[in-house]
Amino acid sequence: MENHLHAGLLRLGDDVLILAQRLGEWCGHGPALEEDIALSNVALDLLGQARAFLTLAGEREGNGRDEDALAYFRTDREFTNALLVELPNGDFGDTIMRQCLFDQFALLRYEALSAQSIDKEVSAIAAKAVKEVRYHAEHSSQWVIRLGDGTSESHHRIQKSLNRLWSYTGELFADDAVTESLAADGLMPLLANLQKPWQEAMNQILLEATLVMPENSGTQTGGRSGLHTEHLSYLLAEMQVLPRTYPGAQW
Amino acid sequence: MVEERLSRIQACLSNVQDPELPFLSITELGMIRGCEIDQNGTAVILLTPTYSGCPATDAIQDDISEAVSEFETNFRVKLVHSPAWTTDWIDNDTREKMKRHGIAPPDGNSADKAFLLGKERKVSCPRCRSANTKMISAFGSTACKAHFQCESCLEPFDHFKCI
Repeated sequence: MENHLHAGLLRLGDDVLILAQRLGEWCGHGPALEEDIALSNVALDLLGQARAFLTLAGEREGNGRDEDALAYFRTDREFTNALLVELPNGDFGDTIMRQCLFDQFALLRYEALSAQSIDKEVSAIAAKAVKEVRYHAEHSSQWVIRLGDGTSESHHRIQKSLNRLWSYTGELFADDAVTESLAADGLMPLLANLQKPWQEAMNQILLEATLVMPENSGTQTGGRSGLHTEHLSYLLAEMQVLPRTYPGAQW
Repeated sequence: MVEERLSRIQACLSNVQDPELPFLSITELGMIRGCEIDQNGTAVILLTPTYSGCPATDAIQDDISEAVSEFETNFRVKLVHSPAWTTDWIDNDTREKMKRHGIAPPDGNSADKAFLLGKERKVSCPRCRSANTKMISAFGSTACKAHFQCESCLEPFDHFKCI
């Protein structure tokens, strides 16, 4: 039970830590100043959520690892984020489509976590995150609609982004021993139960965006068990270089 | 004795400024959720962050420690997440103060989900009071603000997001 809880909290933290790092790459490179600030703001919220979940994961593990130990001193095989969040940013359309797919999922997951009362600390972090992600989801979905229902060029490109990312969405709803055990304890939702409401929410957005939901053509998995795309190691190398070169550095 | 100790800390906290809104105290922003003495006699100051990732939270903890340590040795700051911070905890006097400093305060209370339903909120310009304003960006200079512009006097201004 404790091990499963630690694993479940790590997944929650890793998803948002890795996505925050990816979004942070846009800082200074956004297509417009406002968007640059928006992506950095979203990254900051996600980083805050990651800190809270990783701190709690360390506490529940009971081996004295804090948020920094978990973020900076684990290897790629020890990270359990979904593959979707580690994919390279691509163009702005790729980034915003990935964000939209993730935000709608994160919102449902956080709502379920905030509704349970088995673990008060988990529900407190989730309740706070719900407010933040609601704002992100509004932003990313508005962009998907604007680009999808925009020019023929923007429509074509964001549809391509959606097609490319689609096979990575199935993993978000894939249950295993960890999620099944946590669901049995009433602590976390069975991910499969979130898939239908997620599809309905995405359907609404895509309809308004005049985009077509791709056919299901296989699902990329592996992230939850530490089997990642080659992109994660490069991301970690950049994220971890300072604390690994100068352990305990302060400024 | 205990009461005196707590009220001294409370008074001190109401002078700790928010690093990003230095004309407001952390008490006015509703970030102090209480102060109590635990069983070891340690004064515990309960602080809640405005946003999970607000980078000012660490600075605020340092500022609290510095201010309180001038007269109190046995205390600690505890970060609490529940109940989640809401702009509903900002009172009317503080909202007026924001206006005087060129920031449009959160309007109404967070139960109003107009924004989420796709309807734009009416935010009035803190300078000329015109209601003819538009949102430039949903994200502003800090996590807690959005960026607006007044269509009457053309001034850009920050709006404190209502959450």
